[in-house]
Amino acid sequence: MLKIMKYSFFDLIRSRWSFVYFGFYFLLGMTLLFLNNDVSKAIITMMNIIVVLTPLIGTIFGVMYYYNSKEFTELLMAQPLKRSTIFLGQYFGLALSLAGSLVLGLGIPFAIYGVVGSAALLSFALLLAVGALLTFIFVALAYNIGLANDNKIKGFGIAILMWLFLAVVYDGIFLISLFVFDDYPIDKFSLIASTLNPIDLSRILIILELDISVLLGYTGAVFQQFFGTSLGMIASFGLLFTWVALPIGLIVRQAKRKDF
Amino acid sequence: MIRVEGLKKSFGKLTVLDNLDLKIEKGGIFVILGPNGSGKTTLIKSVLGMVVPNAGNISIDNQPILKEWQYRGNIDYLPQIANFPSNLSVSELLKLVKELRDKPTRDQELIALFGLEPFLDKKLGNLSGGTKQKVNLMLTFMFNSPLVILDEPTSGLDPIAMLHLKELIRAEKENGKTVLITTHIMSFVEEIADEIVFLLDGKIYFKGSIQELQQMTGQVDFEHAIAAILRREHA
Repeated sequence: MLKIMKYSFFDLIRSRWSFVYFGFYFLLGMTLLFLNNDVSKAIITMMNIIVVLTPLIGTIFGVMYYYNSKEFTELLMAQPLKRSTIFLGQYFGLALSLAGSLVLGLGIPFAIYGVVGSAALLSFALLLAVGALLTFIFVALAYNIGLANDNKIKGFGIAILMWLFLAVVYDGIFLISLFVFDDYPIDKFSLIASTLNPIDLSRILIILELDISVLLGYTGAVFQQFFGTSLGMIASFGLLFTWVALPIGLIVRQAKRKDF
Repeated sequence: MIRVEGLKKSFGKLTVLDNLDLKIEKGGIFVILGPNGSGKTTLIKSVLGMVVPNAGNISIDNQPILKEWQYRGNIDYLPQIANFPSNLSVSELLKLVKELRDKPTRDQELIALFGLEPFLDKKLGNLSGGTKQKVNLMLTFMFNSPLVILDEPTSGLDPIAMLHLKELIRAEKENGKTVLITTHIMSFVEEIADEIVFLLDGKIYFKGSIQELQQMTGQVDFEHAIAAILRREHA
């Protein structure tokens, strides 16, 4: 698996898009830090961008890479390799290169700014970790969509809809349901609902760390109340890792049964 | 030797292979023919484990191969469409495939044969279709495996590369290997085939030499013999 991963990784980090992606985060980091001059504000702005953008990029790159490397996958299939080896190798190669663009793109400006040793280091590290986890989650989801749909256009459509649903529509439905069921105790419902969406989960995790209760929102508040800050963070981290593990398991399962 | 027993495969409602039995002896050039959609590629891909059959057994040298993967180290396969990761160079791809198999190769000889030296450092995304097919051929023939499977090997090749391809296939046969080919180019079949396997509606319709086929259909010309089968079946 490591060989496939290595080649996918090198194939990707030399592509133009990895540079564009890296450059975007680099410029974003630079602008926010040096124009704002306030690290925690910069981190909040970055969080708002990261929780929406990394899933989007992970989704698009995930399906795109899956469909583009189809013939290469067939070539690998004729080699003495297990199917899970091929797909997990490609998946990790892609997810690592995207996560790398994010971590380096934002990490370099922060290092220049001098975040190392400052109080914001932990928040910043958490931000990068969440961004990387979201990348792993959404690339895995996108890979599953690719494996399930041989039709490129359909696969792309479903992937974008998935992103739109989790990043935008989900919150809308959530808010509406809060209004509608105003008279009922809905703590448990909202708690569960927020764990079912990795984007919400990431947002809560970062805000819990930053300890800005104004930004917590309803779910976050329930979360904090239920778990307390530190346990809440551990719980949400654990849930995010589950969100990575489940789709990866599904990739292996789908890969075993598919015809090429 | 390849033995296929009761192989069934359908995609949705479409049955592609229907209880197919086939025995391919060791040594020689076997060409799989059949109209479009007759299941040629599906059959080949089942042998390679790329398609998961609904029922049936496949064994190579008396070893069942379904759900296995190590056996593929003894098969050289040329896929129909040659598309490689566009950001890797030819030599990097070569290195990858060599690393995956870890067997002695004759890549240098093939690079010289197909004139690929100027392209070694070029990225695969920038190569023309014919050059890609040459890279594809090099990757296939560089290992010395006892079974060689070629899916439409002639596509996009210039006449010189085509000559080299025929020589390579004949050389493989002389080394006692089994070569399995699908193609639509009848002159190519006439020139190289020892035996023909004709697929129709997911079953083996005919298996034997070109002469036998001509006798069976009463046609002197090979192309007409094939056409006669198709007309008889679809009349």
